[in-house]
Amino acid sequence: MNRRALLGGAMLGLLGTRVSGQVPVARPDSAVGDPLYRPDLVQQRAVATAADNDPVVKELEQKLKCTCGCNLDIYVCRTTDFTCQYSPALHREVVDLRAAGKNPEEVVAAFVAKYGEQILMAPPAEGFNLAGYLVPGAAVLLAGSLIGLVLLRRARDAAPEPLPSHPAGLPAPNPADQETLRRALADVQD
Amino acid sequence: MTLLGQFCLWLALFTALWGAGAAFLGRPDTRPDLARTAIRSTYGLAAALFVAALCLWKGLLAHDFNIEYVAQYTSRNLPTSYVFAAFWAGQKGSLLFWAGILSFFGAAAQGLTSRRHAALLPYVAAVTNLVVAFFVITMLFAANPFERLLFTPEDGRGLNPQLQNPGMTIHPPMLYLGYISITIPFAFAVAALLSKKLDTGWIHAMRKWTILSWLFLSAGITLGMWWAYVELGWGGYWAWDPVENASLLPWLTMTAFLHSVMIQEKRGMLKRWNVGLIVASFLLSIFGTFITRSGIIASVHSFAQGSVGAFFLVFLVLSAVLSFALLYIRWPLLEPEGQLESMASREAAFLFNNLALVGIAFSVLWGTLFPIISEAVRGTKITVGPPFFNRVNIPLGLFLLALTGIGPLIAWRKASAQNLRRQFIAPVATGLVVLVSLLAAGIREGWALTAWALAGFVAGTVTQEFWRGIRARRRMHGESIPGALAHLVARNRRRYGGYVVHVGILTYMVAFAGMAFKVTREVTLAPGQTAELRSPYGHTYQLTHLGVSQYNQLNRFVSAASLEVKKDGVGIGRLTSEKRQHRDSFGRNTFEPSTEVAIRSDLREDLYVVYAGSVGGTDQATYALTINPLVMWVWLGGAILIAGGLMTMWPGGPMITSRRRSETQAGYEAPLVGAGLAE
Repeated sequence: MNRRALLGGAMLGLLGTRVSGQVPVARPDSAVGDPLYRPDLVQQRAVATAADNDPVVKELEQKLKCTCGCNLDIYVCRTTDFTCQYSPALHREVVDLRAAGKNPEEVVAAFVAKYGEQILMAPPAEGFNLAGYLVPGAAVLLAGSLIGLVLLRRARDAAPEPLPSHPAGLPAPNPADQETLRRALADVQD
Repeated sequence: MTLLGQFCLWLALFTALWGAGAAFLGRPDTRPDLARTAIRSTYGLAAALFVAALCLWKGLLAHDFNIEYVAQYTSRNLPTSYVFAAFWAGQKGSLLFWAGILSFFGAAAQGLTSRRHAALLPYVAAVTNLVVAFFVITMLFAANPFERLLFTPEDGRGLNPQLQNPGMTIHPPMLYLGYISITIPFAFAVAALLSKKLDTGWIHAMRKWTILSWLFLSAGITLGMWWAYVELGWGGYWAWDPVENASLLPWLTMTAFLHSVMIQEKRGMLKRWNVGLIVASFLLSIFGTFITRSGIIASVHSFAQGSVGAFFLVFLVLSAVLSFALLYIRWPLLEPEGQLESMASREAAFLFNNLALVGIAFSVLWGTLFPIISEAVRGTKITVGPPFFNRVNIPLGLFLLALTGIGPLIAWRKASAQNLRRQFIAPVATGLVVLVSLLAAGIREGWALTAWALAGFVAGTVTQEFWRGIRARRRMHGESIPGALAHLVARNRRRYGGYVVHVGILTYMVAFAGMAFKVTREVTLAPGQTAELRSPYGHTYQLTHLGVSQYNQLNRFVSAASLEVKKDGVGIGRLTSEKRQHRDSFGRNTFEPSTEVAIRSDLREDLYVVYAGSVGGTDQATYALTINPLVMWVWLGGAILIAGGLMTMWPGGPMITSRRRSETQAGYEAPLVGAGLAE
């Protein structure tokens, strides 16, 4: 077993995915099945490797946008739109950069340098982009504070109107009725 | 048929404009004849557009490929149900669908509204007619569904394979119905402003329309999530795509309105805010359509671009300016009648609920538009995707969930400390029990823990509300628990239906939090080979590849890959995912191959299998395997939410029979002062 296969197997094991059976582990690009009746009418795929399931690669690809115009991140595009020619190539770029020893931040920086800031699925929280992140929360906080202040002031100013304890002209309330009403109100606080 | 359709569009345009003009020229008190004309015009408009719709359907079902729209969206071998649904699959047909349904709603609003609100109806007719006129103008001058080609193709292009799903027949119409029906509450709000009848009458007149619109939007959004989940194959149901966001925006403002309107009804407060919310909901529904059709923001849902976007932009700006100008002019007439008396009151809780809902709507709108803003300010294109929306909206969503539980616990006007303590103990305890149980189970995902604990709190609130009501009825009427529950709900459908809606919302939230534990793997298997996938619940799935079979079916060539599935060694069935190459009736390939997902669902999780393709043209297959926890709860949440909404708007009040009414009516007779008054 070569080193790549060994590392790949170890990675799959760590990820909780294990492939077993009688068929030997295939190298990427090699096929071990029987020919299809119409191979031209189904998408062709390479053999899934450990790098395809690497959580670091996956996390990185979820931060980077596919350039095919689909509006999806690289990971979602390459595992959803199997006709896309761009996301597999971008995936290979991520894997190659990782294999070259780049850490996640360096991989992202390399992508931004090559494709521009729009390659990121979310803009970096710096400069003008901070407005994007902070404005909604700040607006809600500001509006909430204003509402709170106004309400507190109004609540202080608004003296509750005293309710007449017993309007003139009405018969005296029945204590039993009052008790029923008190219990009903206690049950249904509406 | 196209000539008749075209004629009906022109007839509809003139009828709509004539009706609107008559409404503005003749008020019921000065020119009742013109007011009646305005109202009748809505029926004529609906009839004209109904005939136009029949003409398009006739063209679609007859495969008249000389009609550009028919050739663009159907083919001879397209199943009939999808030929029927192709009506709303494209830009032009959906505009006709929109105009037709709105004209029907406009006519229904005239026919179903009580005569007590007669003064509003001519203005309501004017507004609905003008909105319909806009859609008809757009069709006639920019996107005519009856446009003919210079030649007749032998077959049509067919329908996009992703639209060939049963969801296609129901999801887009539901969403459209939601968008479209918002026009009716908007029309009543504008009518109230124009007629200066700004008491609660207009609110009563359009309350059920508001709930109906909210229900359609809720159903449309949930069906859209389901469609995305089962059809698109990316293993999720919400991607914060601009068009998804656009459907959420009016839903949020309508939800805010449904809460704040209660304060207006009970306390005479928030009148300006409520009119503003209805106007905003209408504008957001047009904004959503503008986004879909203008191509201004990149979206997977976009229609083919054309000049339609400019029409929508002009209409959006005009509507906004006129509506808010009218609101400004009538501002002094919308003085509140009451004052808030305490921060510890249901009114205050509802205000913060509105803040959270409108805040989320604002943040979604802001995130959707931020790429344009950034490009305008910095000249740099950026992408605002799920990481942004999740970061900004999850805290706001949890705040809203907390308020869902808090609101019903606080009394109107002012709650005492003793009352608050008594009300909060059980729900807070429920939330804490959920939190401690989850921590004990080893769950450490912060957002998911918070969401589930808050869901426990809300569930505690709702249960307590129901239980107290049942207990009160049992004490006062000696009813059984089921009987007390039935009478409780029947006598206050709005309140208890609202609580059921809250259960739907908490069910959604529980499900959304479950996605934090999603597991995804990609594997390549030869026949007989097995892959294992560990569930977050601890069990393991063994998936054995059986092979790939290929065959012709209906309008497609299918490559189907099958897996035998075992759970901890026990067989649980077979999953088959397909690749479909769609073809026209001459056997030519149309569109790119599409994917059919295989899903095994239970209440705990979905096993979601996608056949990605084959290796080297053999039956060795590559699969994307996903475990999505709690997805079924999303669909359950939708069903509960809609059931609750239906309860709130179910017609009729307490179910009192005439016999019971005569039994329960008791008291004494009092002679009227002055016998003449009785005449």
